Amino acid sequence: MALRVALFIPCFVDQLFPQVGLDTTAVLRRIGCQVEFPEDQTCCGQPAFNTGRWDDARPCAERFLQVFGSYEHVVCPSGSCTTMVRKFYPDLLQGESRQQALALGRRVYEFSEFLVRVAGVREVGAEFPHKVTYHSSCHATRELGITEEPRILLRNVRGLEFVEMQHADECCGFGGMFAVKFAEISSAMGDVKAANIEACGAEYVAAIDSSCLMHVEGILRHSNRAAKTIHLASILAAGSK
Amino acid sequence: MSTAAREFHRKAAEKAPDLVHRQVIQRNMVSYDIAVDKAKGRFRDWQAGRRRAQQIKWEAINNLDKLLEQFEAKILERGGHVFWAADAQEACKYVVDLARRRGVKTVVKSKSMVTEEILLSPALEKEGMQVWETDLGEWIVQLRHEPPYHIVTPAMHLSRQDISRLFREKVDPTIDTDDPQKLVAVARRFLRRAFFVAEMGISGANFLVADAGMVAISTNEGNARLTTSVPPLHVVVTGIEKVIPRLENLGLFWPLLATSGTGQPIITYSTLIGGPRKAGEVDGPEEFHVVLVDNGRSRLLADPEQREILHCIRCGACLNACPVYRNIGGHTYGTIYPGPIGSVLTPNLAGIEEFHHLPFASSLCGACREVCPVRIDLPLHLLQNRRKVAESGIPGLAEMAGFKVWSWAMMSPQRYNFFGALSRMGMRMVKALGLSGSLLDPMRPWTKYRAALPAPRQSFRELWRKQRVVEKPE
Repeated sequence: MALRVALFIPCFVDQLFPQVGLDTTAVLRRIGCQVEFPEDQTCCGQPAFNTGRWDDARPCAERFLQVFGSYEHVVCPSGSCTTMVRKFYPDLLQGESRQQALALGRRVYEFSEFLVRVAGVREVGAEFPHKVTYHSSCHATRELGITEEPRILLRNVRGLEFVEMQHADECCGFGGMFAVKFAEISSAMGDVKAANIEACGAEYVAAIDSSCLMHVEGILRHSNRAAKTIHLASILAAGSK
Repeated sequence: MSTAAREFHRKAAEKAPDLVHRQVIQRNMVSYDIAVDKAKGRFRDWQAGRRRAQQIKWEAINNLDKLLEQFEAKILERGGHVFWAADAQEACKYVVDLARRRGVKTVVKSKSMVTEEILLSPALEKEGMQVWETDLGEWIVQLRHEPPYHIVTPAMHLSRQDISRLFREKVDPTIDTDDPQKLVAVARRFLRRAFFVAEMGISGANFLVADAGMVAISTNEGNARLTTSVPPLHVVVTGIEKVIPRLENLGLFWPLLATSGTGQPIITYSTLIGGPRKAGEVDGPEEFHVVLVDNGRSRLLADPEQREILHCIRCGACLNACPVYRNIGGHTYGTIYPGPIGSVLTPNLAGIEEFHHLPFASSLCGACREVCPVRIDLPLHLLQNRRKVAESGIPGLAEMAGFKVWSWAMMSPQRYNFFGALSRMGMRMVKALGLSGSLLDPMRPWTKYRAALPAPRQSFRELWRKQRVVEKPE
């Protein structure tokens, strides 16, 4: 039976990287999922939560529970926003809502995690004849423990040459509001990351978070480096048909 | 913005792009990482060790009152003195009065961050006393009139060439070598004289062992042994949180501290001290004092959400792991304790008004929590501090109102769509006018360092609606 999946598209993916949402959809459909997009969704509340404005984040969380509460599988092309629901909602909410959040948190999956751990898929029939490295984003790595899933999927892409960069799991320096409040530090961290990407000789740096990629892309272009950024979903959606 | 926040931004903007600094720190961190990995391998199960240490510190901090009294009773029994200092001022006054009463002219100190915290050396110097740091790194930064760059390795930012130049200027104009061994010999000759003239030795404590009533001190240079045994007067200055319940706990905490601190299996010289010289003993001080410093710690103890911060054993591992610290260095923080633990501790100890910026000066990457030997959830405490800042009203009305509007917009998909489309249109206009990255760009904080963001004409949900009409699921 086809898995029925609700798409949780983070607000900045919706607004700035719509193609990532489309590619996520395409891959999920290709492996036989029935994909739905609950159009009432907005933001999970992480920007307010991370700024210490828990009272402003709480309504977003409550709302999220309503919009997605009835789904068995919720899939999100972002480790960070998945972390917000699974790890931080229980800190943010109390009582009944907290119980709901704990239950829903177990059914919200990051995209690569869903493919490998839930759908049992390691190969999606994609082709991408390029040299690719993987940036292991912080929330996915250290909050959700997702390190192998994206690498497994990448290694199984036809024509793709996978290379590891040095310190793949060191922060790229994005950090949400940190990127603008402390832009001088954020960009220095981005520069270290960009140098590591360049040193490994990859044409593309892939990640499962568009937020990190948006920052890394900005740094790579600003410093006139050749490497390009790409979301894992866009690689997995490539070259089929 | 507080003065400290402005200074932080100024220094960060200077240090972050400094490639020489970045290289020096990266080189040090690489050798540290290698040593730590090797030392971890000596544990049968490093993660189990961390979990056990976390439990022991939990026990210690949640029984702090009883354990400190147990510790005190043993010290008093052996003829030592214990002073409970509520704040920095009380602690300094006690030590200064003591030094005055004993006619002290020269003081030797072994490494102690608490004495930095309470500004003890300046207080003694104000009385005309000469104070010498005897930890090599501390002595080097003392000669430079600088605070420690790091809580474990105070002179990490300096090369041996820097140190050779410094010694030539400040110690001996004939020095013409940057051979580390020879430089160490210079320091040793100088400091030996200090040890033998000093009338007072001041040390910190790595652990206060409650059941044994002992102070545990570890150094790699042996300088604490001289500090605590040669001068006739020894004063231990320590934070109240350094307690561990039982002597046997050192079996875990000594290798744990050494592994996380410097990547050693154990620190070279580890000493247990419990009182003054007894009749018939050949060495040790005539008088022995322990100053237990609170200085804001019991405020943290009273806070169930952040009490865990007091579990810290000051190993410095979180500084080393932190990509922010690695890029801006220890001095940029302008605090006694830099790095993640500093950004967690300082707003709570030294005041949130002045240090409101520190909890935000982090990408919340979590590398610190991963290395903390007592498993303090540092990113969570950064978040808790951010919450305290938001609740204090320091960020101002504009930010508060901004989030209220934002939260209101997020409560309705229509409002969310409207504001989303409006922002993208604005971004496209900025691009069309060629303003991206210019001073007129409203996204300047982003584009000053990075290429502009994409601003597509259609959002995902708009495309979703269209494709749903055109395309059928496979």
